[in-house]
Amino acid sequence: MNARDEILNRVRSALADVVQPDPTLDVAVGWTYGRATAMPDVLERFVEMTLDYKALVRRVPATEVPDAVADLLVAAGVGSAVLPAGLDATWRAAIVAAGIAVHEDEPQLSRRELNAIDAVVTASAVSIAETGTIVLDHAPDQGRRALTLVPDTHLVVVRADQVVSDVPEAVGRLAAVVAEGNPLTWISGPSATSDIELTRVEGVHGPRTLLVVLAD
Amino acid sequence: MTTEHVRRTPAPPEGTYLGMPKFATNAKVQLGDNQLRKNLRNATGTIRAKRVARVAEVPEWEELRLAGEAIKNRTLRHLDAYLVQLEESLTRAGAKVHWARDAAEANAIVVSLVKAKGVDEVVKVKSMATQEIELNEALEEAGIAAWETDLAELIVQLGHDRPSHILVPAIHRNRSEVREIFLREMKLYGTPAPDNLTDDPTVLAAAARTHLREKFLRAKVAVSGANFAVAETGTLVVVESEGNGRMCLTLPETLISVVGIEKVVPTLADLEVFMRLLPRSSTGERMNPYTSMWTGATPGDGPQDVHVVLIDNGRTRVLADPEGRPALRCIPCSACLNICPVYERVGGHAYGSVYPGPIGAVLTPQLRGTSSEIDKSLPFASTLCGACFEVCPVRIPIPDMLVHLRHQVADKKRHHPGVEQTAIAAAGWVLADRSHFELAQRAAALAGRLLPGRSHLGPLPWPASPWTDARDLPVPPSESFRAWWQRTRGETA
Ligand code: SF4
Repeated sequence: MNARDEILNRVRSALADVVQPDPTLDVAVGWTYGRATAMPDVLERFVEMTLDYKALVRRVPATEVPDAVADLLVAAGVGSAVLPAGLDATWRAAIVAAGIAVHEDEPQLSRRELNAIDAVVTASAVSIAETGTIVLDHAPDQGRRALTLVPDTHLVVVRADQVVSDVPEAVGRLAAVVAEGNPLTWISGPSATSDIELTRVEGVHGPRTLLVVLAD
Repeated sequence: MTTEHVRRTPAPPEGTYLGMPKFATNAKVQLGDNQLRKNLRNATGTIRAKRVARVAEVPEWEELRLAGEAIKNRTLRHLDAYLVQLEESLTRAGAKVHWARDAAEANAIVVSLVKAKGVDEVVKVKSMATQEIELNEALEEAGIAAWETDLAELIVQLGHDRPSHILVPAIHRNRSEVREIFLREMKLYGTPAPDNLTDDPTVLAAAARTHLREKFLRAKVAVSGANFAVAETGTLVVVESEGNGRMCLTLPETLISVVGIEKVVPTLADLEVFMRLLPRSSTGERMNPYTSMWTGATPGDGPQDVHVVLIDNGRTRVLADPEGRPALRCIPCSACLNICPVYERVGGHAYGSVYPGPIGAVLTPQLRGTSSEIDKSLPFASTLCGACFEVCPVRIPIPDMLVHLRHQVADKKRHHPGVEQTAIAAAGWVLADRSHFELAQRAAALAGRLLPGRSHLGPLPWPASPWTDARDLPVPPSESFRAWWQRTRGETA
């Protein structure tokens, strides 16, 4: 017998005591999915929790996003940035106008080429106020996963209508894109470790600087 | 002259877990290690305090625990159906599914996949499943270097050492030891540590970043585990802190994920429960820095050659015992380690397993199903205080299970009914005074001799976890056991 069939047979005989064939009738799950978590102000909570992770957050009106993006990159000393193909054209123009060398990912940059670029600028899919988490679904305005991983600075723009209260609402919003096969990256602050004597160090392998622009 | 096999990676310590002496003997050795005890008390106390604070922020915490328990029970009681569904979803998404009855079969599958790519090295993201099957050594024997990329795992690997904690595996090393290890070993295996390396953790982490960056940039094959595998969609989930997981899951051409069959959850929506339970229980964070979810191969993004190896390795034998089954709910968060007064005192190495702490004391003897001294003594490495159940996000009744195991001893040796009682009482004394350890040791040794060669539960597995992080809070002042006990009992009541 092959391994698959043998393991499935072992599972079936191990579960001889289970008589109800329908999992949902056999075990009730007393949980209501997708509920919002009550909080006074979702956007304020998002800002507060993201700051708590030592990310830098700038909250601006939607019209000021291009300027905020360029300012933050310049202030962080960024000289070069890779931009995903679907990035908002006004952000792109502001970045170019700020004198930052712009790289495209078409054709795909090699890992070593990406490693030589200072920063990446992206949009995002969903953000979670209660945990200060930004979720990328790697749509064209975010690019493939390597773009937001190898450069040392990640500037991400979050729209106010993309911010939800907590994890259940976020998972609900993301279900469709996962079903289409998109990967997801959940980001809560910059890369961090406490592996040496529990001393927190910001930034190991992921971007060591996370800059967030929240567009109202 | 003999031609010796030239190792590609640092050799682990001599001997095997199975060859280790029994728990009490190991514990005595570990108790003599002041650095270990200090670091552990520091670590467990810090993480415990953070967990309490983060759990208190969630009013529906108990409701979440009940949901986590129920979802896992539903999955385990219909595991065959969910595994078949998972296989279909993965295949549809472009992943190749492999099945492995035991460690040897799993290792052989991974070795042949790596060899088929014609490479002689892989990058790895911390995974307890691959530790359980000792994949690194199997790869080494096949001439393939497996590089651990989690900072703590790197310290352990370069230090020719074993992990001592699920969450912070190198917690037994202090910063100056880490500096020495990096200076001595990094140059032997890749980018050297800078000559002016200090023992500042920021500097040490930067050295690890540089050392591993070169490996990430050239790696063609990565090996991971998974925290969850969604049957409905074929989505795998890896929860981590440092970004080494993202590097492994994203940059190479080939990704091989070794996943225990108990990792399945039915639907994507179920993740809303586990993604709230796990970070708060584990590192005491609202959310861990990075979580990756991927569904087979995504055209133009990440590995295009995606494999999932589903392993049994004893899990079905656990499943077969309704008393042992709840242990398979475990989402290795380590909360039960951090709350455990025995673990805090003796550390992970004393348990002689990749699975330490209270849940390890339950699982290890069954996982290995051996009659070794260490395994026979593990059910007695507990005071049955009940704290581990109270913190467990999926409500695994660890104390009940330990009692169940001990009763097997009593049942087998009905003509010596007093033995088990003596052992339990002595184990309870361990915490009252260090000198009492001697008594516990003797009692546990006696009980160990009386335990049957195999437990009734059958081998138990242990899940994969790329947990690494524990963020900072002020370290509480050291306090007496009694004071700590009163305080934490109050907390968890
Ligand atoms: S037994 Fe429970 S508390 Fe312990 S590691 Fe597993 S899930 Fe966490």
